[in-house]
Amino acid sequence: MFTKISGFSGGVHPEESKELTAELPIETIPLPKTVIIPLSQHIGKPALPLVKKGAVVQKGEVIAEMQGVVSVPVHASVSGTVTKINVNPHLSGSPKEAIEITASEEQTEVKMDPLDPGKINADEIRERIKMAGLVGQGGAAFPTYVKLSPPPDKKIDLLIINAAECEPYLTRDYRLIIERTSDFITGVKLLMKAAGVEKGIIGIEDNKPKAIEMLRKALSSEKSITLAVAKTKYPQGAEKMLIYVATGRKVPPGKLPMDVGVIVQNVGTSVAVFDAIVNGLPQTTATITVTGRGIKNPKNLIVPVGTQIKTVLEHCGGLTEDAAKVIAGGPMMGIPQYELNAPVLKATSGLLILNKKEARKSDQTACLRCGKCIDVCPLNLLPTKLARLSQLEKYEDAEALGVTVCMECGSCAFECPANIPLVQWIKLGKQQVFKIQRARQKA
Amino acid sequence: MSENTNTLKLELSSTPHIHSFWDTQKAMWMVVLSLVPPLISGAIFFGPYQLLVVLTSVVFCIGTEYVIRYLRKKPITIMDGSAFITGILLGLILPPNFSLVFTAIGAVIAIGLGKEIFGGLGYNIFNPALIGRAFLQAAFPVQMTTWTHTNFAVDAVTSATPLSIFKFGDAAAKSGVTLSNSFFGNISGSIGETSAIAILAAGIFLIAIKIVNWRTPLAMVISLFVFSGIFYFMDPSKYPSPLLMLFTGGFMFGAVYMATDWVTSPMTNKGMWIYGAGISLIVVVIRLFGGLPEGVMYAILIMNGFVPLINRNTKPVIFGEAK
Repeated sequence: MFTKISGFSGGVHPEESKELTAELPIETIPLPKTVIIPLSQHIGKPALPLVKKGAVVQKGEVIAEMQGVVSVPVHASVSGTVTKINVNPHLSGSPKEAIEITASEEQTEVKMDPLDPGKINADEIRERIKMAGLVGQGGAAFPTYVKLSPPPDKKIDLLIINAAECEPYLTRDYRLIIERTSDFITGVKLLMKAAGVEKGIIGIEDNKPKAIEMLRKALSSEKSITLAVAKTKYPQGAEKMLIYVATGRKVPPGKLPMDVGVIVQNVGTSVAVFDAIVNGLPQTTATITVTGRGIKNPKNLIVPVGTQIKTVLEHCGGLTEDAAKVIAGGPMMGIPQYELNAPVLKATSGLLILNKKEARKSDQTACLRCGKCIDVCPLNLLPTKLARLSQLEKYEDAEALGVTVCMECGSCAFECPANIPLVQWIKLGKQQVFKIQRARQKA
Repeated sequence: MSENTNTLKLELSSTPHIHSFWDTQKAMWMVVLSLVPPLISGAIFFGPYQLLVVLTSVVFCIGTEYVIRYLRKKPITIMDGSAFITGILLGLILPPNFSLVFTAIGAVIAIGLGKEIFGGLGYNIFNPALIGRAFLQAAFPVQMTTWTHTNFAVDAVTSATPLSIFKFGDAAAKSGVTLSNSFFGNISGSIGETSAIAILAAGIFLIAIKIVNWRTPLAMVISLFVFSGIFYFMDPSKYPSPLLMLFTGGFMFGAVYMATDWVTSPMTNKGMWIYGAGISLIVVVIRLFGGLPEGVMYAILIMNGFVPLINRNTKPVIFGEAK
């Protein structure tokens, strides 16, 4: 099955630069000497360490257990000895507690029992996803089993798989679809079963013809999964946009996909679900794209969770002379790194190294009121106005104009000819408005 | 920390980390580039002296901005190209063979009262070039309405503009106004305003590179056709045809360069439709019923004043919000 769909309003067309890595098969990085595994790699409470300094652990062993309802366990990604448990640099920018493991010469691995995808039921799938420590691969790193357990009053009728990979440069999802097509589709079916839905849609952009072709072939006999091909435009992979493009349903401000009957999962998550169930593997690796014109040998890589950025970059030939910026994630929403000791996380989608030319920015000028930011905002907000109100500390006015609705996709700032850091101001405004809202709730 | 990280200087800044090709400066100089066809048409139809008028206007616009910025101890912004544009625009909407002294006065007013008094680029309410021209119109009404015929005019006696012929002329004179002359620019009028084809080419270029949002000019054209069409069909012998309305006076030039000025036009797409339609309505009223043959300048200036109101009332509905 195949549908051609119309787009959402707004959005931008940044240079894709996916050709740097699109045709490079996924490789596995050599075993790193040490890994630093943060206890917090997901939204929710950090995991609680189960090991002490000096403990000998095997790859796949649980080294920290989940804490509370929204949390996931953490597994050792290499076999070795726990050498430290301390606060370490973190990709999010704020240091967090982590377990350091020094890898041993001999690597052994513990696995969970493989399960038969044909016989397993929804509860068993969710339980396995929880035990395997899976988190969403789309960026926010929300625990996958939580997303698959909506409150009983929310009626879910559809699973959407986000295969848009709309961030420029990144090709990890693309490679996974091409190299593991049938595993991916089995993963999608398992997710559908766990969500209790009869229908699944894989949403993809038309800049990936090879992946589309392979999926179309693989899905030719599948009645329950539809392939939705959208015209390439950023931010197609934003949940609200993807749901709208694939179904016409609009998630209202402040609501979640489940409020319109949808659960969204990503390609990487689907493959991880397959591995957890069919191969009994917990999430101990991250599949990432290391790319940009600031790295000598761009690659698509499987790395153990906890591998430090610098180790990954060295494996890719190191930085070029004119490297300017190291980013965890894509160029539109990724987090800039100020040093290279932070480790790769479960949900890391890529490391992007921009050279000076790619990261160039012209000087900021006064707002020219050209309206381009308004024109490209996929959520129909007024970015220049919201930024201005934040700047003037008029947070209540910003709240009234919907500042908290902003998903920080960056389309406005990308397009702004005056180079105003719109996202930065809006982020500040959002934080302040949330603060005001919390105070209001208390009162 | 390894040596590697100590020696490395990494840039940190908020998302997004990449930026579109366009910035203020590039956009402004693209507009300058797009003004080449009207400059050429002005020089061809009215003589090379017109380039001197434009040059004077440019020099005094830039000079005024420099002096005011210098005196106010503000950063010098002339490299952003916007004073350069105002200079060319003002020069092109003056009558051919206009006095250089008066041109200079207009340029000083355009930048001084039109832009810098509000705080510079981005803060002005009215289109600076039109402010300059409106001042000149009030101060030197005779010189501002003294038209010369083009270098290729068949009828060397009359140098009235097509619109003033329609307003004040007899039937014989009216029959002499042909569409093809208006289209190519072989008619009396302001230096850069007469050649519809030159302006059209520039407009298509600016829309293609997305500096001009197509909604405003299109709204103006549709509105002009609707309102002037009504009168034309009531009495074609008395009123000019919508096409003639389109190709004459400052309409085309205003639609491409003046009404689309980023700073002084609405920011929302819906607002641009309202703004464009409003301009043409005022143009038709002034041209057909007012005391002046032409009204684009006043129409745009009037609508400039409504822009904040338009912006406020055309806020788009947030995605997913009930209307």
